[in-house]
Amino acid sequence: MATRSLNDPRRQVKVGTERVYDVANTEFPGNYPGEDHSWNLKKFRKDLKVEIQRLSRRSVEFDLVGVDASIANAFRRILIAEVPTIAIEHVYVWNNTSVIHDEVLAQRLGLVPLDVDPSQMEYHNGVATDRNTLVFRLQVACERRKGAAREETDPEKLYKNSNVLAKHLTWVPQGEQESFFADHPPKPTNDNILLAKLRPGQEIEIELHAIKGQGNEHAKWSPVGTASYRLLPNIQIHRPIPPPLAEKFQKCFSPGVISVDPTTKEVKVADPRRETMSREVLRHPEFEGMVSLSRIRDFFLFKIETESAYPPERLFTEAVTVFRDKVKRLKVAAQALAVEAAQAREGEADADADAAMETD
Amino acid sequence: MADPSSVPQSVEDKWLLLPAFLRVKGLVKQHIDSFNYFVDTDLKNILKANNKVTSDVDPKFWLKYTDIRVGRPDRTDAETMNRAITPHECRLRDTTYSAPILVTVSYTRGKYVVKKQNVQIGRMPIMLRSNKCVLTGMNYDQLARAIECPLDPGGYFIVKGTEKVILVQEQLSKNRIIVERDPTKGIVQASVTSSTHGGLKSKSYVVTKKGHIYLRHNSIHEDVPIVIALKALGLQSDKEILLATAGNTEAFKSIFSPNLEEAAKLGVFTRQQALDYIGARVKINRRVIGPRRPPWEDALEALATVVLAHVPVEGLDFRPKAVFVATMTRRVLMAVQDEKLVDDRDYVGNKRLELAGQLLALLFEDLFKRFNTELKSSIDKVLKKPSRTSEFDAGQTLQFMGDHITAGFVRAISTGNWSLKRFKMERAGVTHVLSRLSFIAALGMMTRISSQFEKTRKVSGPRALQPSQWGMLCPSDTPEGEACGLVKNLALMTHITTDVEEEPIMRLAFMLGLEDVCLATGAEMYDHNNFMVHVNGMIIGLTRTPLHFVAKLRKLRRAGRISEFVSVYINHHHRAVYIACDGGRICRPLIIVERGQSLVTAEHVVLLRAGKMTFDAFLKLGLVEYLDVNEENDSRIALYERDIVFSGPGRTTHLEIEPFTILGAVAGLIPYPHHNQSPRNTYQCAMGKQAIGAIAYNQLNRIDTLLYLLVYPQKPMVKTRTIELVGYESLPAGQNATVAVMSYSGYDIEDALILNKSSLDRGYGRCQVMRKNVTMIRKYPNGTYDRLADAPQEENGGVQKRYDIIQPDGIAGVGERVDPGDIYVNKQTPTNANDNTAGMDGSVVASYRNTPMSYKSPVAGYIDKVLLTETENDNTLVKVLIRQTRRPELGDKFSSRHGQKGVCGLIVNQEDMPFNDQGVCPDSIMNPHGFPSRMTVGKMIELISGKAGVLTGKLRYGTAFGGSKVEDMSKLLMEHGFSYSGKDMLTSGITGESLEAFVFFGPIYYQKLKHMVMDKMHARARGPRATLTRQPTEGRSRDGGLRLGEMERDCLIGYGATQLLLERLMISSDKFEVCACETCGLMGYNGWCPYCKTSQKVAKLTIPYAAKLLFQELMAMNVMPRMVLEDV
Repeated sequence: MATRSLNDPRRQVKVGTERVYDVANTEFPGNYPGEDHSWNLKKFRKDLKVEIQRLSRRSVEFDLVGVDASIANAFRRILIAEVPTIAIEHVYVWNNTSVIHDEVLAQRLGLVPLDVDPSQMEYHNGVATDRNTLVFRLQVACERRKGAAREETDPEKLYKNSNVLAKHLTWVPQGEQESFFADHPPKPTNDNILLAKLRPGQEIEIELHAIKGQGNEHAKWSPVGTASYRLLPNIQIHRPIPPPLAEKFQKCFSPGVISVDPTTKEVKVADPRRETMSREVLRHPEFEGMVSLSRIRDFFLFKIETESAYPPERLFTEAVTVFRDKVKRLKVAAQALAVEAAQAREGEADADADAAMETD
Repeated sequence: MADPSSVPQSVEDKWLLLPAFLRVKGLVKQHIDSFNYFVDTDLKNILKANNKVTSDVDPKFWLKYTDIRVGRPDRTDAETMNRAITPHECRLRDTTYSAPILVTVSYTRGKYVVKKQNVQIGRMPIMLRSNKCVLTGMNYDQLARAIECPLDPGGYFIVKGTEKVILVQEQLSKNRIIVERDPTKGIVQASVTSSTHGGLKSKSYVVTKKGHIYLRHNSIHEDVPIVIALKALGLQSDKEILLATAGNTEAFKSIFSPNLEEAAKLGVFTRQQALDYIGARVKINRRVIGPRRPPWEDALEALATVVLAHVPVEGLDFRPKAVFVATMTRRVLMAVQDEKLVDDRDYVGNKRLELAGQLLALLFEDLFKRFNTELKSSIDKVLKKPSRTSEFDAGQTLQFMGDHITAGFVRAISTGNWSLKRFKMERAGVTHVLSRLSFIAALGMMTRISSQFEKTRKVSGPRALQPSQWGMLCPSDTPEGEACGLVKNLALMTHITTDVEEEPIMRLAFMLGLEDVCLATGAEMYDHNNFMVHVNGMIIGLTRTPLHFVAKLRKLRRAGRISEFVSVYINHHHRAVYIACDGGRICRPLIIVERGQSLVTAEHVVLLRAGKMTFDAFLKLGLVEYLDVNEENDSRIALYERDIVFSGPGRTTHLEIEPFTILGAVAGLIPYPHHNQSPRNTYQCAMGKQAIGAIAYNQLNRIDTLLYLLVYPQKPMVKTRTIELVGYESLPAGQNATVAVMSYSGYDIEDALILNKSSLDRGYGRCQVMRKNVTMIRKYPNGTYDRLADAPQEENGGVQKRYDIIQPDGIAGVGERVDPGDIYVNKQTPTNANDNTAGMDGSVVASYRNTPMSYKSPVAGYIDKVLLTETENDNTLVKVLIRQTRRPELGDKFSSRHGQKGVCGLIVNQEDMPFNDQGVCPDSIMNPHGFPSRMTVGKMIELISGKAGVLTGKLRYGTAFGGSKVEDMSKLLMEHGFSYSGKDMLTSGITGESLEAFVFFGPIYYQKLKHMVMDKMHARARGPRATLTRQPTEGRSRDGGLRLGEMERDCLIGYGATQLLLERLMISSDKFEVCACETCGLMGYNGWCPYCKTSQKVAKLTIPYAAKLLFQELMAMNVMPRMVLEDV
C-alpha cells in the first residue's frame, strides 16, 4: 500500500463543478518551509509501485504509483511516438486496375501492422539491405466463381478474391532473411484488414518494402492503438447521505463505485477505480457539500492497447529502454557540455592572458 | 360539427408524405415538368401558330406542318450501327445530348398534295431525366450500365460536353394589376404588363397626375385622360363612366369628377371624338402598302390590339376592355383614398417563375419562324425559275435546310445569350455551367432562382426576406454580397406550375352561376353584395356568393375535376375572387383540415409506410392539395395539430405537412439550424457548396475540368431528415472529427484550427484533385494534320527525363507519376499548317514542330485516365486526367456545418495532443472564442448529440424544429459515464498534468473546403515582365509580382522612406535608362539629341519605362512633354 493516505490534500487534484483545482504538484524543494522534497532514491524506491491489473493479448492495464506526471507522461509519449516498429514504406505498383487509387492503396498498406520484432532490424539509411528492408508482394486478381447461383448478390460467393485482405500479403525473403526469420516469418498481425475491393477482371500487383521507423514520423510506426493514463478517482463523503437519496446518489456514479447497504441505506465508496468522473453528483443541489471529488496526482491507471508485433506487457519495458537510452544520451551530452564549458573558460582565460600580454 | 372536446390526434410521421412527394416529383421537378410541358404541349402550340408556308411567286403553292414531335436522343455520327446514346458519352466526347425534332408536313407538288412524315428540321438538346431522356424510367442497374449516378437529379442539358443549367428566372406576374404609390411625387399608378401567347408584351398604366387620372401606353404619345379613354372604349355617357369607375361611393365620385370636367373642356363628348383624340396621338407604325387610314381607325386598332393586349377584343366588342380599364381606375381611386390599398411588388404572389421550358419555347418559336422564312425564300428561289426539268418538290428543300435550329439551340444554351429580337428579348447569363464541386453544389444550383432585378441598385425591398416566402423559398439559402436576396432557392416541397388551359375553367365558372361582367353596369359591379371574378387577370364575371363559389370550385379541384394547380382565393379589399391557372406560380402541398380534423389520419400513414399509397393517391382522395402563395394567404394553416382552431372566423383550413420543409435542400444539411443565429445558416449554405466530398456515383468515370474528391468521406453522426431525402448520406462531403473546444498554443487564434498529425497520417481530410487536360489532333485545310510522336531519342539511345513517361503512342501511360515539367502528350504540329498554297493532298509536309503538353503544377501528380475519342466534327480529342492526392497542410480551409470556417493553423503530433480518460485524442482543436459572437448553439448541440450517438452506436437527428432533444442526449452521456454537459476532463499531452478547465469534447462534422494553400501560395523574386510596360506581370498564373499598391505607397511617403519608394516603384520594377536633352527636354538616344542635333547637353537618367512610354504616347498624340532637368 502506498505510504501516504489518498485523502492527503496534497496528493489530490480537486475536481470542482466548473474547473479542476490543484493540477500541479506542489511538493518540490523549497516550496514548503521545513520540508525536504529533494529527490531521494530511497524514498522514490519506497513510493514507486507498478502493479498489473489486467492483461490480455492486445492490451494491458497497470497502476503506476509514486512518480511525477512528467515521468508517466514521458512513457506515454515514448510509447506513442518513439518505440520503433516495422511498417510498409515503399510501394512499387506494377499493376492496379482496382477502383482504389495507387496513393490511397499505398497509404492503407502503410497502416497495416506487421508482426516483425523491430529489434531484429536496423533503421533504413537510404540503401536497402536484407538487414533493414522486408519485401512483401501483393498479387491478387479477382475472378468469377463458377457455379454461383444466378440470383446470388453476395460478392463473396459470386467472386474469388473480391476483398483484398492483409493475409494476401506474402513475404519475399531476401538474402539471409529466410534463415534469420525462419522461426517467425514476417506477416501482418491481423489477417483480416480490408485493403481493397475487387471485381472480376481487376487485379493488383504490388511490391512492398517495409522498414523500421518511429511513430513521430508517421502514425503507421506507432506501436500502440492508444497508450494513456488516468488518475485514480477519489470520492470523499463528508456527511452521511440521507437514506431516501442513497439510490440517486449511487446512480450519479459509474456502476459499482458506490455501494448502498440494502437495509440501512448507508452509502459507501466501494470501488473508486471504476469511476469515470462524470461529475453528475455535483450537478444536483441536494448533494451539495456532502461529497467532494478528486483524483490522486501520482496514481496513474495506465492502459496500453496494441496491435503491433510487441506483446502489450513488453511495450512498457520497451518504452523504459528508449527512455533510458535518451537519459544516457542526455547524460553524455551534459557531460560534454560541462567539459566544453570548462574548456571555454580555460580558453577565455588564456585569451585574456594573451590580450594582456599584447597590450603590454 | 365535430365535437370540439375531441383533441385532434397527432398523426405520427406525417412527414412521410415528404419522401412520397419527392418520389413523385423529385428535387428538380420544376425543371423537368417545365421541359416536358414544352416538348409535349407547347411545341405543338407553337407549330399551330406558325404552321403554314406559302410562296409569293406561286399562289397555288402551300406547305403545312401538321404535327411535330421530338424523338429519342441518338448519336449523330454518320456511320454508326448502334444509335443509342447515353448522356455520359456526350459528356466524355464533348458532344451535345440532343434528339431530332421531327415534323409531319403536307404540301403541294404540282396538282397533288403530298404528305411526308418524320422530316427532321433540327435537333433539340434534351434535358436529363425528362421524359425524352433515355435515363428516365431506368432502375439502379440500368443506370449503372449507362454510367450514370442514380442520385443525380437531372434537369440540366449537356451541350458540347458541358453540363448547362437554365436557371429559374423570377419575374413580376403578367396580366395582373399592380397598384403603386410614389410618395415623393404624389403619384398613384396601376400598371399591367400584358402578355399574350404570341409573345407580345406591352405595359399599360392608369396614373394620377395633378389630381387627374390618365391612361398611359407606349404606343400613345401622351397621356390620355381616362374619361376620353373610356369613351373611346365605348362607355358613352358620363353617368355610365362614373358608375363604372367610382360606383356609388361618394368619396370616389368626388375624386373622380374633375376627370369628367377635363374631358368636357377638351371637347370630347362622343366615342367618335374620343377616338379622334386618341388617333391623333397614336404612334403610327408606317405601313408601306394600303391607303392612309383616318386617325380614328388607328386609335381603334391600337386600343384593340396593343393597349391591354391580354384582354381579348372579339368583333370590336370593347366591353371587356372597358371594364378592365374601369377596374384599374377604381383601384387607383381606392389607393388615392386609402394609401394602404396598394400592392407589393415583392410579394411572392405577384411573382412568376420562368423556367427552362418557357425560355426554350421562345427560342424555338424564334428559330422556327426564321426557319420558315428561309424555307420560303429558298422555295421562292426555285419557283422563280421559269422552267424546271422536274416537278418541284418542297420536301427536298425542307430536307436540305441546314442546321439553323440545332445551331441556334446549341449557341443559346452554351453561351447563355437569349437574344430574340422578335420578342424584344436580350438576356445574357441565362445558363450556367452546372457546378460539380460537390453533390450539394449541383443540387443547390438546380433549385436556384435568379432575379431580373439589377444587382447594382441599392434598394432593400426586393432583397428583403418576404413573409410570403414562407414554405416556398428557403429563408437561409442566399449568397452574400451583391446578389444577396436577389438569388433565392426553392424550399424542399415547392412546386412551380405549368400552364393549364383556362377556357374550361371559365366555362365551369359560368356553370357555377357566374354572371357575365359584360352584362353588368357599374352600379352592379361595385354593389356591396357582388364580387368580381378574375381568371388569370381577365375580368369575366360577377358573383353574389363568393364564399360559396370559391368553396364549390375548391371542392371540384379536390375531386380532381379541374387541375390541382388551379388556385382560387378571395381578396376582400378588392371585393374580388381571383382564379389563376397560369404557369410559373409557386405552390406547395398542404394537408386539408375539415371540421378541425386533419384529413390525413394515422391509417393513411400506415398505408403510406407500407407503400400502398402514393402521394398522388393523397391528392386524388382530396387529403392533400397544392396551394399557391395567393391562396395560401387566404387560408388558415396550422403548424402542428395542437394549433388547429375548430370554429369561428379563424377556423383552420390546412395543416403543414412538416415545418422543416420551409428550408431548402442546402440549408437542410445544417443540424439544429433553429438554434443558430440566422446569418450563420446563410454562411453554411454558401460553404456547403464548396465542401469536398463525393460528387456522384460515376465520379471516377467522369473527366471534369476540375474534380475534388475526399478519400474517406463519412456520413454525418448528426443527420437531418433532409440529409436522408436528398441522398447526402450516400454522397457525403465531410468527416466526423473529434473536436476539443479549447485553446492550444496560440496558433488557433482568429478561427484557426489545430490538427492532429496522426489523424492526417490515418487519412483525415485527405483529398484528391483531378484536373482535365485536353488537346485536339487537328486536321488542317491544306490536308496536313497533327500527330502524336514517341519520345525523342538522345544520341546515347536514352530518353530525356521529361519524356520518360511517354509511351510509344505519344501519350503518358496511365498510372505514371508526372513530375513538374514532364511531358505527357507529345503532340507535333506541321510547320505549314496554315499554309494553303501547298497541295491539298497533305503530301507536302515540310516538317513538324513540337507542341507538347507539359505538366505545370509544382507538385507531382499521377495520370489517372487517358481518353481518345472523336468529336462531332471528326477531330481526334485527347483528354488526360491528372490526379493529385493531398493531405491537409497548414492553411487549408475547414468548416463545420454552422458557418464556422477556419484554416489549419498548426499540425500537432499526437503525443502533444490533450487526451481524455479513455485515451482519446482530438482530431482537431477549435478555439472557444469562435462561439460567443457567432452564437452557433446548433454546433454545440451537434457535438452533444454526436457524442451521444457515438456512445450508443446510433446516428442522431438534428432536423430543423425537431431532432434529438438536448436533454435526452445529455442523459445518454451521463448514463455512459460522461459529464452531462459534454465537457470532459482532459490531460495535457505536453506536461502530463490534468488541464485546469473541463473541455467541451466530442464529434463535429467537418467539411474540407476547396480552398487549399497549394493552389494559392505564391511568391516571386525575379520573373516575367509584361511586354508593353516592362513591369512585372500580374497574378499567380503568370508568376506575377506582388503589387505595392497605392495605400502601401502612401505609407512609405508618409514615413519618408524615399529610397525604399524609389526602389519598389522603379528599380525593382521597370527602371529604364534614357538620354534626355537638357536644352529641349526631349528624349534622345546614345547621348545624342535628334531635336537639337547635338550631344553636348544630353544627360543620362533613369526613369520608369512606363513614364517613357507615356511620353512617347503623348508625342504620338501631338502633345510634347518636356523634361526640365536640374542638378541636385
